[in-house]
Amino acid sequence: MDPIVQFKDVRKSYGDVQILKGVNFSVAPGQVVALIGRSGSGKTTALRCINGLETIQGGELTVCGRAMHSARVDLLDLRQEVGIVFQSYNLFPHLTVLQNITLAPRKVKGMPARQAEALGLQVLEKVGLQERAHYYPEQLSGGQQQRAAIARSLAMEPKLMLFDEVTSALDPELTGEVLRVIEGLAADGMTMVLVTHEMAFARSVADQILFMHQGVVWESGDGSLLAQPKTPELQQFVSSGL
Amino acid sequence: MLGISIQQIGFIFQGAGWTLVLSLMGFVGGGLVGLPLALARARGGRALRLITGAYVQLVQGVPLPVIMFLCYFGISIAGYDLPSLVAAGLAMTAYASAFLGEVWKGCIQAVPKTQWEAAESLALSPLQRVVHVILPQAVRIAVAPTVGFLVQIVKNSSYAVVIGFFDLTYSARVVNNSTFEPFVVFTLAAVLYFAMCYPLSVLSYRLEKRLSRR
Repeated sequence: MDPIVQFKDVRKSYGDVQILKGVNFSVAPGQVVALIGRSGSGKTTALRCINGLETIQGGELTVCGRAMHSARVDLLDLRQEVGIVFQSYNLFPHLTVLQNITLAPRKVKGMPARQAEALGLQVLEKVGLQERAHYYPEQLSGGQQQRAAIARSLAMEPKLMLFDEVTSALDPELTGEVLRVIEGLAADGMTMVLVTHEMAFARSVADQILFMHQGVVWESGDGSLLAQPKTPELQQFVSSGL
Repeated sequence: MLGISIQQIGFIFQGAGWTLVLSLMGFVGGGLVGLPLALARARGGRALRLITGAYVQLVQGVPLPVIMFLCYFGISIAGYDLPSLVAAGLAMTAYASAFLGEVWKGCIQAVPKTQWEAAESLALSPLQRVVHVILPQAVRIAVAPTVGFLVQIVKNSSYAVVIGFFDLTYSARVVNNSTFEPFVVFTLAAVLYFAMCYPLSVLSYRLEKRLSRR
């Protein structure tokens, strides 16, 4: 099967600072891939390239059969298939949870309001927030907001979900409820790429762990990678307890 | 009564009516031009930002009475004979659009960049991002300063007197010229201006309180 995401020697700079210096990896359908590494290693940038929030400057990046390095790529079309969840949730504060979720299905896919609401309640049930449908984001805890944000992405029925440090802004006790939702998605067979600092979580949920360092994939492997790191850089990263 | 007749008071009220008409023209015109201006200033490309920025600087750097003269005489030089209402309406539109454009630009920029990203990531088109995500949030921030600026529009519409537009200030002056009761006449004008502006101030305050709850 063709990979859903394929990085081939992808490069990206901000001004003089080169963030991605030739990134290579691929994600097969149904796979869960965890990107780990220090701040500034390029993992979040790599993730944001996948749905076109960042443009790449060199190499080739293919996502859901589309060449992201081509100037003619239709990003709106691509984003119907790729969902992303952010560290700071980014729910729309002027809309209720349900309105947050139904906005894109209604406006982008032209779904009738009633059908969109049924779909909204269905994805809310999946993240355990059905009874919070008519609350505004500010009335929810951080963990609930993040689960609502996951539900919002799910409502577009994406083929691929991206998670950008989705638990970094949460208390340890709220982190668990979000991670359980992601585990549930993994069990359903959702293809996912996640940037995370939760090492135990990465080990348990990911089929592939990529350790990014200085703008490249330094070392990669399955869950056992963290137990037996080969490079001194990953050894140091693992032992630093992050 | 007080040295002026009922007819003369009616005349002043008539002027007040035209002040309202001109203010409304300034606000509607200013809003229609100001909104795209604000969007261009906040999110446009370099060239667009430069052009719209020049427009704002130009209009804000020229006193409103001079803009009135420019609209009135400038357009008649071009061969069109405009009633002073149209000229004054154009001048008020230019004046209000430059100010509202700047105020609204700030309100749009006050919506976090991450909201644009979230909207974009949900495959919303650029127009949908603005209409459904950004503007509803920007409006909340904009309501109080916008209604506050309405007060400025009402008061500054009195500059239309320089091109002979029949408004509250003009009618008061006419009545004063025939009655020589400046204190009575201009107190009445002041009361009428206040009666138009005060409700706007109260509205601004109430809207701010109501919208900040959500």
